[in-house]
Amino acid sequence: MKDANSSGAREHQDQAKYYRSLTINMVLIIVVVSIMPLVLASVTIGYFFDVSYKEKVADHVVTLIKKHQQSIDGFLRQRVANIRSLARIFTFDQLNNDTFLKERLIVLQEEYGPIFVDIGLVDDKGIQVAYAGPYSLKNADYSKSEWFRQSIETDVYVSDVFFGLRGIPHFIIAVRRETEDGKKWILRATVDFESFNSLVENVRIGKTGFAFILNRKGEFQTKPRFEVSKTTGPFLEFMSGKLFRSDQIEYVEQSFESGGDTINVIAPLKGGDWLLAFQQNSSDAYKVLEYARYITLGIFWFGGLGVIIVAILLSKRMVRHIARADLEKEMMNEQVIEAGKLASLGELAAGIAHEINNPVAIMAEEAGWIEDLLTEEEFKESENLDEFKRALNQIRTQGKRCKEITHKLLSFARKTDPTVKNVQLNEMIEDVVSLSEQRAKYANVKFFSDLDENLPTVDVSPSEIQQVLLNLVNNAVDALEPKGGKITISSKVQNDFIVIDVADDGPGIPKANLSRIFDPFFTTKPVGKGTGLGLSICYGIIKKMGGEISVSSAVSIGTTFHIRVPLGIKKTENNGDQTQEMT
Amino acid sequence: MTDQPSDKTYQPKLLIVDDEEGYVNILAKRLTKRNFLVKTALSGAQGIQQLRKNDFDVAILDLKMEGMDGIEVLKIFKQMAPQLEIVMLTGHGSEQAAREGIKFGAFDYLTKPCELDELVEKLLQACKRRGCGE
Repeated sequence: MKDANSSGAREHQDQAKYYRSLTINMVLIIVVVSIMPLVLASVTIGYFFDVSYKEKVADHVVTLIKKHQQSIDGFLRQRVANIRSLARIFTFDQLNNDTFLKERLIVLQEEYGPIFVDIGLVDDKGIQVAYAGPYSLKNADYSKSEWFRQSIETDVYVSDVFFGLRGIPHFIIAVRRETEDGKKWILRATVDFESFNSLVENVRIGKTGFAFILNRKGEFQTKPRFEVSKTTGPFLEFMSGKLFRSDQIEYVEQSFESGGDTINVIAPLKGGDWLLAFQQNSSDAYKVLEYARYITLGIFWFGGLGVIIVAILLSKRMVRHIARADLEKEMMNEQVIEAGKLASLGELAAGIAHEINNPVAIMAEEAGWIEDLLTEEEFKESENLDEFKRALNQIRTQGKRCKEITHKLLSFARKTDPTVKNVQLNEMIEDVVSLSEQRAKYANVKFFSDLDENLPTVDVSPSEIQQVLLNLVNNAVDALEPKGGKITISSKVQNDFIVIDVADDGPGIPKANLSRIFDPFFTTKPVGKGTGLGLSICYGIIKKMGGEISVSSAVSIGTTFHIRVPLGIKKTENNGDQTQEMT
Repeated sequence: MTDQPSDKTYQPKLLIVDDEEGYVNILAKRLTKRNFLVKTALSGAQGIQQLRKNDFDVAILDLKMEGMDGIEVLKIFKQMAPQLEIVMLTGHGSEQAAREGIKFGAFDYLTKPCELDELVEKLLQACKRRGCGE
């Protein structure tokens, strides 16, 4: 028994393991099949979106910087042209007049705004001989200034930004001319740093995108909004002397180990002396891309999570169905085996019953013969005549009992015959009770009946109705075992139906099971005890007759099965109702 | 119990055909005591021989016998002696075969083991139909 239990437990464990593994496999397959296309689509679309968005950002920034390059170069060319035209139109002597210069400066400031801060005339010795502007720089000596040395050598010179004598950042535009006697002079103007700076400062994209101008020495010609690492990438190349064509605009992405990757666009200014640079943090430049990535990842994770949850739920449900189907198959096999066993048992019982009939018949007849002989004169005076008669009577009674038993066995063993006959259901009930009473006795169950003696006969298959009644009675006995109890079978006519109730006072059926009680394979009996087909078959039989079968039950009170068989009135007996104990 | 047939002057001639020797013998004794002239046969073939040699009013024929079965014997009996009345004995559950026997001319059937009184009653009814002793 212990071995059987442990083997059953092991089998149960193996089955649970099998269904668990089946669930896991199904989940994995569904997840892989569903998520792989999602991953591939996400990666592919993500890659192309990434590339095209970066290209778009680069194009946008390059176009912007190109425009500003042209704008700044144009600004410088125009300012140079302003000063050059003054130097060409007016002679040294004319310009060598502070008032005249002031007038020229006012005209320029009226025309172009406060771009020009001051204007001065410098002779060939570097002395500013005339000056108009906010500072006291008349007669200032620029002979040692870098810009003077540079500008005396060339026709036009635009300096880098420097602090100079005034101590604030500025740059100058100087135009060299010669007097008729060959003396060189320079007309110089200071360009307002803020005005120039605003040209670059206005280049802003996003939160971190800004522009600045750098000279070959690595000095900022404008004020950068943020700190710039000049010792890397394109700036270093520029400072180390790399030459750029004026139309050469480069887009460079820089990565730093410490993070803070940047995108850079560089464009040459002032014939390559300056570099207009734009820099923006990659995270800022590709913000939309980042958003798109987060959204894609979000969709992917949520979608993936959804797929996993659905896969788990679906797999569990499918495996539950498979497990149920397996169980039903297993029970069906058991049922087939059981049916085979029953059939063999039935045949065996029929054979035995038939063979017993002959010896019983002989015994009964022999007893009858003795009884016949006792009527002879010679035995009539016997002292034990009454005892002989009693014994013979007992043999005859027991012979009859044997006959009844064998007849019942034969009835039971007979195959279900669907042939419709005119049947008195009360008799069928009595037959079934008689068949079950031996078992009921051992189960301490008593039968009671409340049969309508006026019950009309009906046209049904006796063997089918017997099967139904036997099933209900056996179920009731099962329910009452081992405590015992009572089973009451009643019959009555109600409307156009004969109603048979089979009631027990057993433990009752829980409400949850009531709705499934006629379902095939539904059983609450232990494994191997019930197939769950009995009531389902009963349901089918009664439905086929055009009747109804239903159940009402209350836990701890009992269960009643109601059968309604449609009437086929043939004849009635007028004996009245009666209740009697049948055991 | 019916101890004597109604007509004591006439002894109905009875043939019992059953392969169960013990049953045949005791039945013969008891029916003899009830004023029947009984002959027995332990198979269908023996029964046919008996019928060939003797004239019978009524026959008891077991349906389930080894060799020739009761229905076959019944058909032959009816061919040989159409006036012979036949009461069949059948096991419970073989009533269908017995009812078939009635179609072929049997008088009635009883299920084994049967009450002797009932059997005698049936035999006398059969005799009456046959017009025994007239």
